[in-house]
Amino acid sequence: MTTEQATILAVTGNEAVAEAMRQVNPDVVAAYPITPQTEIVQIYAQFVADGKVDTEFITAESEHSAMSAAIGSAAAGARTMTATSSQGFALMWELLFVAASYRLPIVMANVNRALSGPINIHCDHSDSMGGRDCGWIQLYGENHQEAYDNHVMAVRIAEHADVRLPVMTMIDGYVISGAIGPMESLTDAQVQEFVGPYRPIHPMLDSKHPVTVGPFDGLHGFYMEHKATQQQAMERASRVIDEIAAEYAELSGRRYGLIDAYRTEDAEVAIVVVGSTAGTTRMIVDKLRAKGVRAGCVRVRAFRPFPAAEYAEAIGHCKVVGVMDRSDSFGAQGGQVFLEVRSALYDCDPRPQVLPFIYGLGGRDIFPANIEQAFTVLRDAAKRKTKTTVERRYLNLREE
Amino acid sequence: MTALVDEGLLEHAPDDVRLPKVTLHATSEIRDHLRSPKTLWCPGCSNGIVTRALIDAILSLKLDPHRTCIVAGIGCAGRITSYLDYSTVHTTHGRALAVATGAKAADPSMHVIVVMGDGDCAAIGGNHLIHAARRNIDLTAIVFNNSIYGMTGGQMSPTTFEGDNSTTSPYGNIEQAFDICELARAAGATFVARGTSWAYKQLVELFAGAIVHKGFAFVEAQAICPTYYGRQNRGADPTEMLRRQRDRSVPVAKYEPGAPRHHDSYPVGVLHHAERVEYTAAYAALQQRAQGRS
Ligand SMILES: Cc1ncc(C[n+]2csc(CCOP(=O)(O)OP(=O)(O)O)c2C)c(N)n1
Ligand code: SF4
Ligand SMILES: [Mg+2]
Repeated sequence: MTTEQATILAVTGNEAVAEAMRQVNPDVVAAYPITPQTEIVQIYAQFVADGKVDTEFITAESEHSAMSAAIGSAAAGARTMTATSSQGFALMWELLFVAASYRLPIVMANVNRALSGPINIHCDHSDSMGGRDCGWIQLYGENHQEAYDNHVMAVRIAEHADVRLPVMTMIDGYVISGAIGPMESLTDAQVQEFVGPYRPIHPMLDSKHPVTVGPFDGLHGFYMEHKATQQQAMERASRVIDEIAAEYAELSGRRYGLIDAYRTEDAEVAIVVVGSTAGTTRMIVDKLRAKGVRAGCVRVRAFRPFPAAEYAEAIGHCKVVGVMDRSDSFGAQGGQVFLEVRSALYDCDPRPQVLPFIYGLGGRDIFPANIEQAFTVLRDAAKRKTKTTVERRYLNLREE
Repeated sequence: MTALVDEGLLEHAPDDVRLPKVTLHATSEIRDHLRSPKTLWCPGCSNGIVTRALIDAILSLKLDPHRTCIVAGIGCAGRITSYLDYSTVHTTHGRALAVATGAKAADPSMHVIVVMGDGDCAAIGGNHLIHAARRNIDLTAIVFNNSIYGMTGGQMSPTTFEGDNSTTSPYGNIEQAFDICELARAAGATFVARGTSWAYKQLVELFAGAIVHKGFAFVEAQAICPTYYGRQNRGADPTEMLRRQRDRSVPVAKYEPGAPRHHDSYPVGVLHHAERVEYTAAYAALQQRAQGRS
């Protein structure tokens, strides 16, 4: 299979990611199967077996080994990819921090699935949200198209000289990964030209200039400075993500921002949401707008780096903002997105009230009515003279 | 057999054989040990046979269900925890032996039986296997070896034979397969056996032998996965797949000593038996000594 003409394909989310990987044609892919990601590497294994790509494909014996192999390969100077979900993501944990601190531009697809226990294979964001502090760039996609687009752009973002950080792209397990949707692909040549050849920095395989990767750095070393430079790279990444999105838009006609705001300009109430639920949320926004309610929504795209100023700009003027988290931070004031958004809006004057909602854990359905309920809470709060209570509100939680 | 066997459980065993005498039970009796008569496994899957054999062994030994704990990993095999009506723990992929080690240490008088898939046991959890065997901790470790990652849709595992197809080796596997029994033996397991889903009674006996053995007992139950292994290799007819087990398995006494397992010929029965101090017993003795009580 080669794509010589831009085509619209009907694909699963996993197929969309695998297709992006095929067109990028990385040097090394290392992976271990896990539902609902498995299909990505399985399709990729077939591409390898059929000679459609030049990749060395490593069937590791666990995700810990898969990420270790990815680190070895990227440090050696190869363009490297992997994919995982849930428990696999959790098992990679130790290495995720290592990959980021070695500044290795690995690109990983994470198909969001709930973490154990109890074991559950359905979508929520607890896996990648739990990994938000590991130093990787996180891009969350909404649909099949974005699964593909993000994965192609991720290569450029990760390898950009001002960034040099690993990037993970997320899609919702099953809802997107397993369901079929439309995806317009670029041609193989366009993708190859867009990503360009890989230029490693200080690769281990450059034996004329030997380097040591990751040596001990204790009390009198530069550990803290090292961490500060990781943060600086993250800060630069916001601009780079946007620049690359602009370049990609010229090629594809699809322009992605750091956030995806919808009808927020004059909104009084707005919801912030991640992933595939954004489509339903926009539908409710339209329905409310038709009734004269000034509703809006923002979909999270880049969560790391978190573009706080963009949120303040988009929804800082709202009276009440609801944040729908598809994972919880137990014992905190709300889910991970809530904490970020509330903090981002803190300096707005007047300051919107921000309320935490939890939904969809372990694949629990989210119905349009549930999102309407959330908007009702926001509208009631907007009418009140005093602030409303800020406890978590669960959407579609069983009562019995 | 010596003190390294749980004598209390051996009352039915004739003196001169290693394996306890077992009786096969009626389906109604087996069902008493199941939470539900429904199956989550595919039609033709041998996991049901192996599960029944385990219950038959437990019944034969009259194990107290309240003193029996099943610890399983993740995979089709691991779903046994939803069926068996004992205390069961469904751990994470690969970690069953580590969790079981904790359970056994907490109460060495418990019968802790560990159920794993081949991926569970030899890929992601391979490290725990060698260390549990090395310590000779009194666990009964059972691997349902179907030579494939069943649950995730038929990727190759470390027990997939060279040349076999899988979704991650569509033109044949180029890696050498593990003989997990040999691995367990080399790592220090003191009871190592292999049975098949075809030879049911033998499997029950091997499970019973593993349970009464005091020390790390490892049983590889040759299982079949018609859905993924079968379809990709030589046909998915379960009866055919079971017949192949019949044709390929050779009683260990007739198998060339020291010869490795092959795809089309492998030894079955008790492959290895040794006596060596068991971990929780050694630990208790150490405690006594350290506290000056002996
Ligand atoms: C850390 C982690 N990685 C991957 C998985 C996905 N996974 C579940 S079961 C399985 C393999 C199952 O194969 P095996 O252990 O042979 O058991 P079988 O299904 O064949 O009985 C995998 C890879 C997981 N649950 N956790
Ligand atoms: S996939 Fe294979 S191992 Fe799993 S239940 Fe089906 S036949 Fe059995
Ligand atoms: Mg298996």
